[in-house]
Amino acid sequence: MSRTLRVVTAVARELWLPVLLIAAWWWFSAGSTSLYWPPLADITDRFVDLWFFEHLVDDALPSVIRLVSGFGIGFAVAVLLGLLLGSVPALEDATRPLVEFMRALPSVALLPIMMLLLGTGDDMKVVTIAFVSTWPILLNTVEGVRSVDPVLHRVAAGYRLSTWHRIRYLIVPAAMPQVFAGARVALSMSVVAMVLTEMLGSPGGLGYFVLDSQRTFDIVAMWTGLIVLGLIGYAANKAFGLVEARVLAWHRGFTKQKEDQR
Amino acid sequence: MKTQTTLSKGEPEGGASDPIMRIRELGHSYGERQVLKGLDFEVGRGEMMCIVGPSGVGKTTLLECLTGLRRPSEGEVLFAGERIEAPPRGLAIVFQDYSRSLMPWLSVLDNVVLPLRSAGLGKAEREKTALEALAEVGLSDFTGHYPWQLSGGMQQRVAIARALAYRPSVVVMDEPFASVDAQTRADLEDLLLRVREHLGITVLLVTHDIDEAVYLSDRVLALGGKPAGIRSLLTVDLPASREQVSTKALPRFAELRSQVYRLIRNV
Repeated sequence: MSRTLRVVTAVARELWLPVLLIAAWWWFSAGSTSLYWPPLADITDRFVDLWFFEHLVDDALPSVIRLVSGFGIGFAVAVLLGLLLGSVPALEDATRPLVEFMRALPSVALLPIMMLLLGTGDDMKVVTIAFVSTWPILLNTVEGVRSVDPVLHRVAAGYRLSTWHRIRYLIVPAAMPQVFAGARVALSMSVVAMVLTEMLGSPGGLGYFVLDSQRTFDIVAMWTGLIVLGLIGYAANKAFGLVEARVLAWHRGFTKQKEDQR
Repeated sequence: MKTQTTLSKGEPEGGASDPIMRIRELGHSYGERQVLKGLDFEVGRGEMMCIVGPSGVGKTTLLECLTGLRRPSEGEVLFAGERIEAPPRGLAIVFQDYSRSLMPWLSVLDNVVLPLRSAGLGKAEREKTALEALAEVGLSDFTGHYPWQLSGGMQQRVAIARALAYRPSVVVMDEPFASVDAQTRADLEDLLLRVREHLGITVLLVTHDIDEAVYLSDRVLALGGKPAGIRSLLTVDLPASREQVSTKALPRFAELRSQVYRLIRNV
C-alpha cells in the first residue's frame, strides 16, 4: 500500500463517525427555531465571523498559552520532585499522604483560595493549572523511579556510572513510560482547570467567552466557543501523543517484543 | 602430574604467579546464615578461572563480593594490591540475565558507550572504542539496533562488548551463557576464548556447568559445602588452544570433568 493511501485510510478510520454525527446535527438542526439549539449552519457562520481572527487572537491564543505554561510548569516540578522522592524512600513514605491528599482535591475547590492568594489574573490561572497537573505526574514519576530493574542499578554500580549519568541514562528513561501515563491524565485535568479559572477569574480566554456568551444570551456564540474548546482539547491530546510516540519509541517495540515472546 | 591440590587455607597452591586479585579469608553471612567461609585464593594476571559449584551454593554472593558490589562480612578482596570497597575501575562485569542488564532505551552502540561516558572519555574516543569492541564480538552491523531487537546470544555479545570497551584488566562473568541455547552457548564460549587471547585479559567466570568450566579454564575453582568453601583449585592441563569437539573428546577432559563432579558432589 502506498504511503498516501495509508494516511488517507488512517484519517478515514478516525473521522468517519464525527463526520457522520456532524452531518446528522446539520440535518436535524436545520430550520430549528429553538433559542438553545440553533441550526448548525448559523453556528458555522458565526464561527467564521468570530474566530477568524479576532477571538482566536484575543481569547483562544491566551488560553492555549496558559494551558501550555501551566502544564509545562506542573510537568517539570512533578518530574524533578518525583525523581527526588522516588530515590529517597524515607522521604516518599513521609510525603505520600500529603501528595495523595493534594491529588484528591478537586480543582474547583482550590479556586477560592487561589484567588485570595494570587488575585484573578494570569498568575492565578497558570498556578492553578500547574498545581492540578503536578500530582498525577508526581505520583507516577515516583512509581517509575522505584520500578527501575535492580539489575540495571547493579550494572550502573559495576560500571561506576556517575550520579548524573545514572539519572540521565538510567532512571529518567526507565521512569518515562510511567511519567507519560501520568501526564496524559494531568493534561485533561489541565484543560478543565483552564476553563474553570477563566470562567471565574478576570475576563478573557475561552472559558470566559463561553460563559459570557451564555449570560448575554448569545447562544450561537456560546456554541462556537464550545467547538473551539473541543478542538483545542483534541489538538492537545494529539500533540501529546506525537511527543509520546517519539520519546517512547523504544518502549513500544520493547513491550511488543516481550508480548511476542510469551 | 600436578592436577589437583586440595587446599586448606593459606597454602601456596592457592596462589598464582603475578596475581591481579587476592582473596583473603573471604566469608559472608546473611544474618545468621553463613553462605561462604574461608575462601583464600589468587587470580593470576591473564588467567582464565572458572568458579563452579551447584545451584544455590553461593556463587552469586561470591561474585558480588569479588566485584565490590557487596561488602563481605569477613575477609577482604584485593584488586591490583588495593582493597576493594566498591567496584574498581579495572574490573568489568557481565551479568547473567542479558535481557535485563542492557538498557532497552539505548541502542547497541549507546549501551556500550555509556560506561565510557562516566569514565571521562571524549566523544570520538568513546565511539571508536565501542565500535572496536563491537567488531570484536562480530556485531558491527547492529550498532544502531535496540538490544531487544536482537537474539539472546547477540544480546549477550553486546554485554560482552560493553565489558571489553571498558578496557578492564579483569572481566567477571556471572553464568553468562546460562540462558542461551546449546549451539549459541558453544559459539559464545569460543568467542570468549578468542577475545581473551586477543586482548590478554583476565577472566573470572562463574558457572554451574562443569563441562563449560573445564573447557574454558586454566584453573577451575570448585565450590562446595555449607557454608561453601573451596573444595579444590584444579589446574586444567589441557592444550592451550581449545576446540569444542576435539578438546571435549580427549580422555583427559573426561577425567577432569568427573574429578570436578566428584569434588562438588562430594562423592
